[in-house]
Amino acid sequence: MMEMQESPRTPAVMAQLSWFFGIATIVKLLLIPSYHSTDLEVHRHWLAITHSLPLSQWYTDETSEWTLDYPPFFAYLERFLSMFAHLIDPQIVHLHHGLNYKANSAIYFQRMSVIVSDLFLLYGVYRSTLALASLKRNLIWLLVIWSPGLLIVDHLHFQYNGFLFGWLLLSLSFLAQGRDVMGGFLFAVLLCFKHLFAVAAPVYFVYLLRHYCRGGLVRGFARLSVMGAIVVAVFAAAYGPFVYHGQIQQVIRRMFPFGRGLCHAYWAPNFWVFYIMLDKGIAFLLRKFGFNIPAPVASFTGGLVGDASPFAILPRVTPLTTFIMVLLALSPCLFRTWKDPRPRLIFRLVAYAYTCGFLFGWHVHEKASLHFSIPLAIVAVESLEDAKHYFLLSIVSCYSLFPLLYEAQEYPIKVLLLLLHTILMWFSFSAQYSGSLRGDKKGGEKQGFEVGWVTKSYLIGVVVVEIWGQFLHPYLFGDKLPFVPLMLISMYCAIGILYSWIWQLKSILISS
Amino acid sequence: MKEKGEMKKVKKVKDKVNDGQDDDPWWWLIQEGIRPSFLCISLFALLVRVAVGLHPYSGAGTPPKFGDYEAQRHWMEITLNLPPKDWYRNSSVNDLSYWGLDYPPLTAYQSYVHGVFLTTFDPDSVALFTSRGYESYLGKLLMRWTVLSSDVLIFFPAVLYFVLVYRSMRFGMGQNSDVAWHIAMILLNPCLILIDHGHFQYNCISLGLTIAAIAAALSQKDLVASMLYCLALNHKQMSAYFAPAFFGYLLGKCLRKKNPLLEVTKLVLMVMGTFAIVWWPYLQSKDAALAVLSRLAPFERGIYEDYVANFWCTSSVLVKWKKLYSTQSLRIFSLAATLITCLPSMVQQILAPSSKGFLYALLNSSFSFYLFSFQVHEKSILLPLLPLTLLALEESRSILWLTHFAMFSMFPLLHRDKLVLAYMALYALFILMYFAPCGPGGRCHGTKTLDNTQKTKRSVDFITSITFHPLVMGFLGLCSLILHVIYLTMHPPNKYPFLFEAVIMLICFSQFVLFTFYFNSKQWVLSKHLTSKDKQKKLI
Repeated sequence: MMEMQESPRTPAVMAQLSWFFGIATIVKLLLIPSYHSTDLEVHRHWLAITHSLPLSQWYTDETSEWTLDYPPFFAYLERFLSMFAHLIDPQIVHLHHGLNYKANSAIYFQRMSVIVSDLFLLYGVYRSTLALASLKRNLIWLLVIWSPGLLIVDHLHFQYNGFLFGWLLLSLSFLAQGRDVMGGFLFAVLLCFKHLFAVAAPVYFVYLLRHYCRGGLVRGFARLSVMGAIVVAVFAAAYGPFVYHGQIQQVIRRMFPFGRGLCHAYWAPNFWVFYIMLDKGIAFLLRKFGFNIPAPVASFTGGLVGDASPFAILPRVTPLTTFIMVLLALSPCLFRTWKDPRPRLIFRLVAYAYTCGFLFGWHVHEKASLHFSIPLAIVAVESLEDAKHYFLLSIVSCYSLFPLLYEAQEYPIKVLLLLLHTILMWFSFSAQYSGSLRGDKKGGEKQGFEVGWVTKSYLIGVVVVEIWGQFLHPYLFGDKLPFVPLMLISMYCAIGILYSWIWQLKSILISS
Repeated sequence: MKEKGEMKKVKKVKDKVNDGQDDDPWWWLIQEGIRPSFLCISLFALLVRVAVGLHPYSGAGTPPKFGDYEAQRHWMEITLNLPPKDWYRNSSVNDLSYWGLDYPPLTAYQSYVHGVFLTTFDPDSVALFTSRGYESYLGKLLMRWTVLSSDVLIFFPAVLYFVLVYRSMRFGMGQNSDVAWHIAMILLNPCLILIDHGHFQYNCISLGLTIAAIAAALSQKDLVASMLYCLALNHKQMSAYFAPAFFGYLLGKCLRKKNPLLEVTKLVLMVMGTFAIVWWPYLQSKDAALAVLSRLAPFERGIYEDYVANFWCTSSVLVKWKKLYSTQSLRIFSLAATLITCLPSMVQQILAPSSKGFLYALLNSSFSFYLFSFQVHEKSILLPLLPLTLLALEESRSILWLTHFAMFSMFPLLHRDKLVLAYMALYALFILMYFAPCGPGGRCHGTKTLDNTQKTKRSVDFITSITFHPLVMGFLGLCSLILHVIYLTMHPPNKYPFLFEAVIMLICFSQFVLFTFYFNSKQWVLSKHLTSKDKQKKLI
């Protein structure tokens, strides 16, 4: 299907892509002095840990509360970056003097490191779109390279997602091309950078097992061993040194801090929002009817929960529950893959896996919605239905990131980013599915890009929720009930994401 | 008519599809017409402006005088708390030596409106006396937003108006992609963004009014044009840089009408009426009006400030004007020099007013003022740049080159404001936009020359060959790049603390002078060409 055609115009394509990337880079540069979250200090501290301590103490150090909790490859990356940081300003990488170091040198260096690491995203997108027609290619660039969500999370809030998505897209592009070994290898590497990507591991496993390891028992087993060896080699490269130092348990403990509670401080717009609300609603009703319902000991606004159950009525949710829920949600797609593993669907399958992880996972961050909105961008140009779905999803996923930037200074930036994204999507999809174009291909079938009234009213609802949270709520209630606007955003976006989940599931199951 | 247009569009789309659409990554946006592209580009331009606003402003955290930001804030404080009569008068409540109001009344009214906005959200920031040197997170934000809103309300609509008029003027000439590129060139002009949203000023208002006036003049609404221009003039007296061109073009058009005297009278009444309305609070007594006027002409501040790349400052390396002559005589010198240099372009417009000629005349008269008038700032290069961006499609080579030097001439100023990062980013943005895929910028360096210069090519040839000689361009480009690096990394020798500024000034000045000659000759060649065309028409 998506066979690679090394066209003679490749340099021209790269030049155009670089132009798009260049514009994005300029916006990123201009955003350097903006607000950044504590993640900047987290990553600075990791630079310091990896630079000043021997490898055996990386995962045991407790100088700051921001302990290293990413897998080893990311630690190696920090070690690599810290060499340059040391050249620029030694204080950045000083374990003790560097704590909460806010000098321009530190901020500029770290921001620049994110901007430069986005080159991986550039290459990932380039590779994923090489075989497509130029219009589709351009649209995908718009959706990914100029993704407002990525800008907000990476270049305002501060993280290295662009770099990681570059790896993911690279891996997926190899799979889509049928080069399974390379795809599997890259995914294994990605897992050793950030283990949150492991949600898609079942899909990868089933897909590779059925697509790569086929052709009889002997051949299949040989291929399975090859793939297994590769994955083991990657993991050995990552974790080997820590096994050698007898640290592996400590590493695992750091990487999976289940003590953290079901929801993040700001609730990610997922299934558990409804669960919590249902619990509160039932408790409220029962209290009305005269039952004596004790208020839960732990509250959800604190983030760290501990042992007490935060629910008044409904059964408590444990990490194991969420794990089973995710697997259950994944199972239809796993069966589908088992029966008929198709390279063309791989972007959808992986995106679906991340959607399940986002909806039912334990302690999910709102940023994780990028995990599926970025891979889905690659398939958003395939059909009109995809375009309609993506239009809604990307707006919702970007809007759900708004609470990350709560200061007034960034308010116009996030609004403008979302607005520009929406308008560009609107015009580009309209042009792609304008009557004249389709008329060319499918003989007079006129079907333009337009959103139905349900979608339309839902999107108008987004505006209403935003106006309520920003203007009406502070005006009517002042400082009282400060969590209501955030809760509204979570709940409202959760509806959109749930819809997207069902839509994705449907599209995977009915695709033949 | 409409059907035909749609047919064309469909045909174009089909062509694009057949061509593999490889040429233009933006065709899906531009094929819809000007408005969608304008919407997208202006949203992006707005985003860039907000992002530049994150950076420091002039005089941030530098008491006791601070910078332009404090000046604008102080004017809000004064206009908000005092009656209009006292705005321009030194008194116990209004110390004119501390950033006294020295712009015309429209700026004062604008400050008042913005002051009202500030006081509703952050009363401390504009409280009388106590707010001096007030700097806060919220204060900065609100101030930035006042500039943004001025941009959105005045500059952007004016640009849309101009682009629509300009497009209908060159009917059938430009492709949509050219128009989109043109919009980007005007809205993403790095100098304007840096000065307004970085350094902190409200040039977007006066320049926006000027653009609207130009558009009105081009669409034959002379009365509206003169009113808008008067408003621009009443916002910043610097708008007078364009006065000769407006005067020449409007007068020239009047003279060609049936009843020239009536037309001129109408214009004069319009101008006087506009002025009367704007100056109303100060027209009650002669003293009040004179007090305002004396504030507007700060002759005591000397013929030039800092290191501006104009004639007086550059020649002062050789001739110490300030020591040799009194301010009085320097005033006369500069007035004479300005008038003499802008006379040719003005006369040309009176004799043969034409739309394109008018734009060139704006360029020429503003360059004359920049080079020769009294008390010019580095920031004044914005005024010549404005008509140049409007002419971007005609002068696509010049705009690249001159924007480069305009930026360069402001580099020391922006470096002082700690805006180097924004400077580099916006410079790169300009280059990227200029060479946008399939924009005219990428194409113009080919063999294609402007159609109307072919006949009379020889006269411009000489100057063109100097200005656009690849060796000269390469050498100067390299020089300015090296100078940027030197300026950022090295200290000047103690004996000449302003050595680098002086060198930058010399280079920029040489280019500005060269281009003034070039544009003047262009304007005259244009008129020759046009008149010969007219004659041909008459013969036919």
